[in-house]
Amino acid sequence: MPRTVRDVVFVDGVRTPFGKAGPKGIYHETRADDLVVKAIRELLRRNPGLEPAKIDEVAIAATTQIGDQGLTIGRTAGILAGLPQTVPGYSIDRMCAGALTAVTTVAGSVAFGAYDVAIAGGVEHMGRHPMGEGVDPNPRFVSEKLVDESALFMGMTAENLHDRYPTITKQRADEYAVRSQEKAAKAYANGKIQQDLVPISVRRTNPEGGETGWGLVTADEPMRPGTTIENLTGLKTPFRVHGRVTAGNAAGLNDGATASIIASEDFAREHDLPVKMRLVAYSFAGVEPEVMGYGPIPATEKALAQAGLTIDDIGLFEINEAFAVQVLAFLEHYGIADDDARVNQYGGAIAFGHPLASSGVRLMTQLARQFEEQPNVRYGLTTMCVGFGMGATVIWENPHFEGDK
Amino acid sequence: MTTTAELLKQASELFPDEVVTSAHVRHLDLPFGAGRFALITLDNGFDHTKPTTFGPASLANLNTAIDQVEKEAAAGEIVGVGITGKPFIFAVGADLKGVELLKEHEHALAIGKGGHEVFKRLATLAVPTFAYYNGAAMGGGVEVGLHCSYRTVSAALPAFSLPEVFLGLVPGWGGCTLLPNLIGADKAVSVIIENSLNQNKQLKGAQVYELGIADALFEGADFLEQSLLWTASVLKGEIVVDRPVIDRGEAWDQAVAKGRFIADSKVHGAAPAAYRALDIIAAAKNGDLQQGYDAEDTALADLIMGGELRAGIYAFNLVQKRGKRPAGAPDKSLARPVTKVGVVGAGLMASQLALLFLRRLEVPVVLTDIDQERVDKGVGYVHAEIDKLLLKGRVNQDKANRLKALVTGVLDKAEGFADADFIIEAVFEEIGVKQQVFAEVEAVAPAHAILATNTSSLSVTEMASKLKNPERVVGFHFFNPVAILPLLEIVRGEQTDDASLATAFAVAKKLKKTAVLVKDAPAFVVNRILTRFMGEIQNVIDEGTPVEVAEKAVEPLGLPMSPLVLLELVGPAIGLHVSETLNRAFPDRFTVSPNLAAVVKAGKRGFYVYDSGKPELDPEVAALLKQGDVVLTEEQVRARVLDAVAQEIGLMLDEGVVAEAQDIDLCLITGAGWPFHLGGITPYLDREGVSERVNGKKFLEPGVASVPA
Repeated sequence: MPRTVRDVVFVDGVRTPFGKAGPKGIYHETRADDLVVKAIRELLRRNPGLEPAKIDEVAIAATTQIGDQGLTIGRTAGILAGLPQTVPGYSIDRMCAGALTAVTTVAGSVAFGAYDVAIAGGVEHMGRHPMGEGVDPNPRFVSEKLVDESALFMGMTAENLHDRYPTITKQRADEYAVRSQEKAAKAYANGKIQQDLVPISVRRTNPEGGETGWGLVTADEPMRPGTTIENLTGLKTPFRVHGRVTAGNAAGLNDGATASIIASEDFAREHDLPVKMRLVAYSFAGVEPEVMGYGPIPATEKALAQAGLTIDDIGLFEINEAFAVQVLAFLEHYGIADDDARVNQYGGAIAFGHPLASSGVRLMTQLARQFEEQPNVRYGLTTMCVGFGMGATVIWENPHFEGDK
Repeated sequence: MTTTAELLKQASELFPDEVVTSAHVRHLDLPFGAGRFALITLDNGFDHTKPTTFGPASLANLNTAIDQVEKEAAAGEIVGVGITGKPFIFAVGADLKGVELLKEHEHALAIGKGGHEVFKRLATLAVPTFAYYNGAAMGGGVEVGLHCSYRTVSAALPAFSLPEVFLGLVPGWGGCTLLPNLIGADKAVSVIIENSLNQNKQLKGAQVYELGIADALFEGADFLEQSLLWTASVLKGEIVVDRPVIDRGEAWDQAVAKGRFIADSKVHGAAPAAYRALDIIAAAKNGDLQQGYDAEDTALADLIMGGELRAGIYAFNLVQKRGKRPAGAPDKSLARPVTKVGVVGAGLMASQLALLFLRRLEVPVVLTDIDQERVDKGVGYVHAEIDKLLLKGRVNQDKANRLKALVTGVLDKAEGFADADFIIEAVFEEIGVKQQVFAEVEAVAPAHAILATNTSSLSVTEMASKLKNPERVVGFHFFNPVAILPLLEIVRGEQTDDASLATAFAVAKKLKKTAVLVKDAPAFVVNRILTRFMGEIQNVIDEGTPVEVAEKAVEPLGLPMSPLVLLELVGPAIGLHVSETLNRAFPDRFTVSPNLAAVVKAGKRGFYVYDSGKPELDPEVAALLKQGDVVLTEEQVRARVLDAVAQEIGLMLDEGVVAEAQDIDLCLITGAGWPFHLGGITPYLDREGVSERVNGKKFLEPGVASVPA
């Protein structure tokens, strides 16, 4: 049977506001599955042209697939969101790149012709499921020295990355972090972020967290607008004595969920769905687990090669800020300035937070908004590092592109 | 002058065990920049299995919360106030335990006023107020929302009602006044009167919206988020709530008249609550809310100090609590598993039992009878009933297939019962026949199998007496219609052992029946009392009182039907049979009416003809009646009948037929449909002085089903 690869588009994406993990966090008494369910429902409300019965798949990522993130959350979230029982679903795990992988996996199926349209997203409630919950690493990792012991501790891998790039100092990382907070605050002030947030009702029964009863979350909790370099300089370096990685120049521990609609371009056009981005290429790459932050570089190399593009063709970058050093290593590699205007225009995970498996779609949602605003840009890129030594990159084309100006 | 806070503080001292509901105030930013909003959450700190209620301390907490938001509203710090509940529960109204404790009219009045004083503040804040009915809402829970400017309701809300009239109260925290002014008198009468008197029927979320009680309906998954988004749109003027204009003309009076008709047909004037509620609804036509609230306060206080409400609460607790934990039942750990059920007989009663066991236990059920035709008919009946359930959507095709495959019929008891754990007989009501059936069953059934009898009047002990293992015989007396009447009298024979009895109670629970433990005494509980009751009616008729006078005499009790209509339903022949049985047991008190015997002999199935649309004494029956010349008044008849009933119950308690008077009442409510406002019957007999007149003492301690001393 002759088969034609089909163009795949990012129709729309939403997310919950991100919260701080822990007993005082806004989502402490909110279930993880409820977060992703509410994101899916908002997505459907925003896109009434998408008849729920036509959805071919619900792919939801979570790193810790236990409890309210277990039970094949892609399937259960679909039922809880009120999708017809005929719509199937499954779970995905590539740690931090979970949602990104959910997008590329369903995109591959759309391109192949297996699906017309799918929901892809992710959730991580790091308060209910702290990093490392229930893990049982094979002792051979250590006995056979397959990986360095630091590989399981992301902060240590970030310190290792500083070692690899000696010119990336703590000062540079802190300056980057301050800019991320500034850009995020500005984006909020300009209403860039809120338009893709799903309000979430939250209950609090413990008065230590603040007023009790039901409340409504409409903004990201981790943001620290007004952060100065002085605020950051004195912070502890918990991963290494006299180290460089601090709570200020890294993303925190967070709760949140994202969801997006991925469709064939034909399907989107036929059903009057928006086309916010067109998929060009995606790639994943492995690196030494103990410098996992290096991952975006080889992943991007592979994706650019696939697309026949060079880094100079990329007009907008959305790089996940798990750690400032990992963004800076990427920029250093490509010779891009730390404060290049094309990079993370709305700020990044250092400000908004990084609920592991949900973050990939946040990058895409923000890139999509930037595409709308900047029709002079043709290509953009979303990239992130992944635990245990991986990188993930997706290259997107701007459907609003009007040619170089 | 007493402030609301002081009033509630005094009231809360009378009710130290209140489960107190908190009213948490939390602030949030509404979406779309609609402003700062205060959301009140009603929460008693327990999960949904202990629903949130309002006692005086709870009302005081809400009052304090309103103090706070009132100040904020006045200062322009907030743009609106919302009120919602903990997960799955909005609020289920006044705490009845607190109502039971009230002894003084003025305290009862304070409860009504306290609720009004707090709730009505929600209507007079400087900002709009919103109720978000997120889950179960009843009584005062519904009413607190009615005082708000706007309401939303969750499509997942399972139960919404104003059940006060059902219990013997009026919706007295604004319900009677506000609801007709919101949705019109006709719909309000449906909710307040009709649903309440229709076994406390509950509304679902969508119906609450369709009735116009709520202004918006949202799905459960993100109900609160959507309610708050809607709130933001309302506050910004993007959504304008347009409620239909209420017809305050003749339609209002007609609705009240309809309500009176419904009340008459259900309680026959015997319970005051519905009529008091209708009076307030009628007066609410002029839209004067304060006048309505005052009337509600008075009605509440009068009813709280009246016997009908106390009996109603007593009855409610019997059904909800005692009915679920039967008095005298052995430890449930003794119960043996029941994995297959045998039914001896395949007639109508047997087939109905087979269907009930099949649906509730979902285990193989095997019917036997004396010929293949009867067996086939019995199985055919069950299959046809399952098909009806399928058509009504009560079961799906898979479930129907499963149930049909589980029911079989065989001629050979050995084949059918060899592995049955529970075998019930429903054969001809004759002791020799039953003894023979049990002997045959015992010969083929496993040694542990329970042998149950659905006899209505024969001795269980005697039935078991000729068996090798009489300890496994249990009486299992259902009431017609088996699928509808909840009562199951479980009869302990003299030799019945605890394990068999425990198994019987475990099966009853799975059958979702209200089980009451009864001693092996003639006709057990319900039939004995009904037969004594009917017998006395028949006696006065036989002696010369006209039929219609005798019938009317007991109307003030508000029974579900008149004595002779009941006899018609039971069947005059069966009625005669039971009276003969009891006459043999207690010839001094139970008579056999010659007139009834004549009616049965003539082959009449009832006393009335309905050609004119109303029951009229069948002239053929009238011609059969041979009456004496003693004509009693209604009052005299009523006294005779009630005296007889009181005497019989007193004797039954002395004999130990049941553990307590409470079990008698539970049986009459769930097996004969006697009304809540009578509390079964003993609270009424106590209240009317009958108990003391006949037995020299009351059945119940003061406060159990009456205003405490």
